Amino acid sequence: MTEKNVVTAIRDALHEEMRGDDRVILLGEDVGNRGGVFRISAGWLEEFGEDRVLDTPLAESGIVGVAIGMALRGLRPVAEIQFADFIHPAFDQIVSEAARLRYRSNGTFGCPLVIRTPCGGGIHGALYHSQSIETFYAHVPGLKVVMPSTPADAVGLLRSAIADPDPVLFLEHKKTYRAIKGDVPDGPYTVPIGAADVKREGTDLSCISYGYALHNCLDAAARLQEDEGISVEVVDVRTLAPLDMATILRSVRRTSKAIVVYEDNRTYGAGAEIAASIAEEALFDLDAPIVRVGGPDIPAMPFATPLEHYFMEPEPDQVYRRMLDLARA
Amino acid sequence: MYRTVITARVLDEAALRQNRMGRAPFVVPAEGHEGCQVGTAWAMRKGVDVWVPYYRDGAVVLVAGMTPFEIFLGIFAKADDPSSGGRQMPSHWGHAGLGIISGSSPIATQVPHAAGIAYAIKYRGEDAVVGCWFGDGATSEGDWHEGLNFAGIHRLPVIFVCENNHYAISVPQAKQMAVDNVADRAEGYGFPGVVVDGNDVLACYAAMKQAHERARAGEGPTLIECKTYRFLGHTSDDDDKTYRTRDEVEQARAHDPVHVFGEYLRTHDILDDVGAEELRAQVKGEIDEALAAAWDAPDPEPGSAMRHVFFEGSS
Repeated sequence: MTEKNVVTAIRDALHEEMRGDDRVILLGEDVGNRGGVFRISAGWLEEFGEDRVLDTPLAESGIVGVAIGMALRGLRPVAEIQFADFIHPAFDQIVSEAARLRYRSNGTFGCPLVIRTPCGGGIHGALYHSQSIETFYAHVPGLKVVMPSTPADAVGLLRSAIADPDPVLFLEHKKTYRAIKGDVPDGPYTVPIGAADVKREGTDLSCISYGYALHNCLDAAARLQEDEGISVEVVDVRTLAPLDMATILRSVRRTSKAIVVYEDNRTYGAGAEIAASIAEEALFDLDAPIVRVGGPDIPAMPFATPLEHYFMEPEPDQVYRRMLDLARA
Repeated sequence: MYRTVITARVLDEAALRQNRMGRAPFVVPAEGHEGCQVGTAWAMRKGVDVWVPYYRDGAVVLVAGMTPFEIFLGIFAKADDPSSGGRQMPSHWGHAGLGIISGSSPIATQVPHAAGIAYAIKYRGEDAVVGCWFGDGATSEGDWHEGLNFAGIHRLPVIFVCENNHYAISVPQAKQMAVDNVADRAEGYGFPGVVVDGNDVLACYAAMKQAHERARAGEGPTLIECKTYRFLGHTSDDDDKTYRTRDEVEQARAHDPVHVFGEYLRTHDILDDVGAEELRAQVKGEIDEALAAAWDAPDPEPGSAMRHVFFEGSS
């Protein structure tokens, strides 16, 4: 075990993958000379050469499109989109091409591609450096969407993503990069894609979350235990597609109460899918209506600190309060 | 070569008849494009090079090795259609065994793929060349620019072939671009652009052969613009009378690549009228046979729609 923050964990895991397999190549904007805007690939240009650490033109659709071609010819490209907010020009390549290649060719072609991108807010990123994009892509069959919240999961899921025969969108919440530290198992440790994880066990209610929001949930759960003796189970979704409803339902059936917490704006978000699936499968196990806590339905996260705080937490300590209300319901 | 041109034409005519008979919901006619398709594709090496065609490239995939029977399996959306098992519209080619990369309907999305494949070929030091075909309409897309730009930067072994029929469905070239030649744009990507008469099979072959040699020698990409014409609608659902005069189409037909090539062979005493008729009859027989066999082939099982969303394990 080694304690690392999320960004270091991702850097080390990717570095090992690059060292272990010369089919793995990194491409994106500023990944070479600059070593990435988050310094993930600092020094790699010298170590691996410019044909493996590839500074691309500023063209997101082209980055993903070219990476698809590389994947079709036997490489294991890891494409970096500098900020998730800029991935939208590549939507067609991701959705119409990468996600459909296997299906449209009746299983005769595959696209083993990883697209890494930093997402999420709370870091003074404003409208165009704060977005949550997971829902756009989690809706797309043929595409896997993962979003680790801890250093160990980031390492394990990144290794699984690179080994995966299908395209994986790997979402890294920027606020976890340096704020979240944790032990990472040494050696070839992996986390399977499509498996949720109980991050805190509890008996009174189930909180389902992912990304940075999960840490707010863990914090609120710890305080509720201390303040009120309320025992909250916190489930980390980890993979948005395919969604591990079995783990979520197992928890909800035991606690009989569910709250879903996510940073993305609330409407049509991951919470809608999770809440609907709980309602379909476990309605009669519930003692209270399912609660959804999402970001406000405004176009994006504003810049000014009070406005940004408002987006992240429209009511003071809202996760704690909503959990408390649900526990008492 | 001439036989392939004739096969493409006869196949196209037969496919359109199937559509008009109500047996094929949708077909993509290529009449007029056979010259530039066969000519350019002929310079590629089967089983070695990589083919990245677009949906009008029936003659390209014939050269690549797809059989008329396989093409009709696609037209009738049969279970054994090698492109997609009947999942995609016809003419959305793909054949893993022949190195024909699966394509889609959005325009020019295959251009960055071609560049990426060529990058992987160069990265691994392999001796293969990527051929990437598209129409004039594709050249307006961002992906087209992004693909050519990337290929130029890395001097990749890829040949971009524009089958310029002067219309993006109904939009004439003058409303698509302010230049006369698509090939002129190659200068902006740092590699040669060549204009060739797309109705002259051998001229297309010569241009492609040269580009192929350049690519293999590590000298990078070439953009070849084949000036041609589409004699029929964009697809079986299009009515080109709404945007082209019959006069214009008739004038273009005077340069039909099938006739131009036939005349060339006649003047060089390689072919005579009897031989041409015999060949056409022979090809017609083969096409009819392939069509009938494909029509009788099994449809996909309905439940198979759920398969191949993700990798299902190696078979």
